Amino acid sequence: MNSDAVPACFQRNADRVASHRSEVLAHRAVNERYRYLRLRGDAALVAATRPGQFYQLRCPISADAQPFLLRPMSVYGTGPEPGEIEFLYSVTGLGTQALAALPVGGALDIVGPLGNTFRLDAGDRRILVVARGVGLATMAPLLRQAAAAGVAVTAVMSARTPADLMRDEFLRGIEADVFAVHDSDCSSGVEAVEALLRRLLSGQRHDAVYTCGSHRLLMLLQRVLADYPDIRAEVAMEQRMACGMGVCLSCVRRFDVAGRKQFLRVCREGPVFDIRSVTGEVEFG
Amino acid sequence: MADLSVHVGALALRNPVMPASGCFAVEYAEALDLRQLGALVVKSVSPKSRAGNPTPRVAETHGGMLNSIGIPSHGLDHYRCRVLPAYTGFGTPVVVSISADTVGEFAEAAAAMSLPEVAAIEANISCPNLEADGMAFAMTAESTRRVIGAIRRSTRHPVWAKLTPNAGSVADVARAAEGAGADALVMGNTVLGMAIDIRSRKPRLGNVMGGLSGPAIKPIALRMVHQCYRAVRIPVIGCGGISTADDAVEFMLAGARAVQVGTASFVDPGAMQKVIDGLHRYCAETGVDRIADLVGQVDIDPLLPERWLRFANA
Repeated sequence: MNSDAVPACFQRNADRVASHRSEVLAHRAVNERYRYLRLRGDAALVAATRPGQFYQLRCPISADAQPFLLRPMSVYGTGPEPGEIEFLYSVTGLGTQALAALPVGGALDIVGPLGNTFRLDAGDRRILVVARGVGLATMAPLLRQAAAAGVAVTAVMSARTPADLMRDEFLRGIEADVFAVHDSDCSSGVEAVEALLRRLLSGQRHDAVYTCGSHRLLMLLQRVLADYPDIRAEVAMEQRMACGMGVCLSCVRRFDVAGRKQFLRVCREGPVFDIRSVTGEVEFG
Repeated sequence: MADLSVHVGALALRNPVMPASGCFAVEYAEALDLRQLGALVVKSVSPKSRAGNPTPRVAETHGGMLNSIGIPSHGLDHYRCRVLPAYTGFGTPVVVSISADTVGEFAEAAAAMSLPEVAAIEANISCPNLEADGMAFAMTAESTRRVIGAIRRSTRHPVWAKLTPNAGSVADVARAAEGAGADALVMGNTVLGMAIDIRSRKPRLGNVMGGLSGPAIKPIALRMVHQCYRAVRIPVIGCGGISTADDAVEFMLAGARAVQVGTASFVDPGAMQKVIDGLHRYCAETGVDRIADLVGQVDIDPLLPERWLRFANA
């Protein structure tokens, strides 16, 4: 379809969205909680997919599990071949349990690319990323984009234990100043992380801050960034979804945009939002 | 290629495939050529602004899903100026779905949406999410007659009455809608349902109850389409669990003049085009020249029960 023929009357996130049949090239455990999945799609997904975007996965049906809806999942990486796309996920429910059983060589339908993207500006010199848990998968493509653009990276990584950190999985060979904090030694507490963030932001100029994976870290960043109004700030968010395209209105959250409270769709206006627009009751529902 | 065109009353459609209201928005232009569909059915608009229901608004079930979106709306003016224009440039008939809490508001919405760029008005008198315990106008013949009558008097546009599978006697409701002046029936909306997370003991929907859709309800919708087809002379549009061309053919054989595809688009945003392509294939494979010839052609042997009784009692 020629996209020029369509009036530009909605926020277009992709030239073309389709259900792509893909083949599983690799699928393995990264650690006790996370799994790595590499697919080869039937189209040039690498060129079509931008940092922060996600796909909806049609998790396989078995005798034990029959997930009906697709599962939204952030893109962890793309390439090197034009159709290759990677995901990093934790097994949390029916859909990801079914997904975990998918064998190498098996087939998986994925719908996308979906959602908006992180914004990295041409003049950016250094960014700060604050990641926890599976949030690192969402931000890994941003790190790669920053490195390619010569933008320096400061990374605060939060995890339950050092074994859960996945530092190498996050950086994937990219140079960054990494500050790891853990629940196991209490270094990930709000007070300690606030002191760390303030020290990092006062010590060096950061053009933008990005976060994903923790509501607590999000609200902390929102508070800290009130003192740094010049720094751009973005968060990738989650919400229970059905269509993933902005049609069904399931995945709304309330935001404060230019002083106006409004419900936005995480799948269409997001998943990336301005940290300052997030309202406190995001955990509602 | 077979002729897929159908007529729903005076309205000519290039093919019988259209989206179900609530399961369609212009964002699907990323996945579909909207010029290829039979019609575009836009989400319900209500005269009163509504924030919608609490999240979570959707829950997966076996073979389907529950939703309790709650029809968020910013009112009729906003809809006419800010929503509708996105749908009118594709050369495909636009059907506006209206929703309201009272008979008067339904009439007001129908009048306001009787615009030249609107081909038909679908009266959503069946949404189970808005009223207490899933009550809706289409639950009874009498309230259906009142609300469709008021809508009929307020517009000269074609009026489609969207009925509910939650009604006990759908044939009576269908006849009431026809008698009150509906030009077509849409059978039907979601089935009222509920799901509980047994670990947290909380309902899976913020609204507690919601509408079940998807393949899980297809046999119910198909049965009710057939009941409506036998009860009225006006066209019946089938809706409920249609995911494939085979499903669409099944509904047409049961009596549907056209079909609406809803939840299937959530699993594959290209589903409607695949249904259209599949109808062409079905016609080619089975020697059907005009798809309209399928309507109501389910081969039921009326004498079979009598023959069976003779056989069984012999």
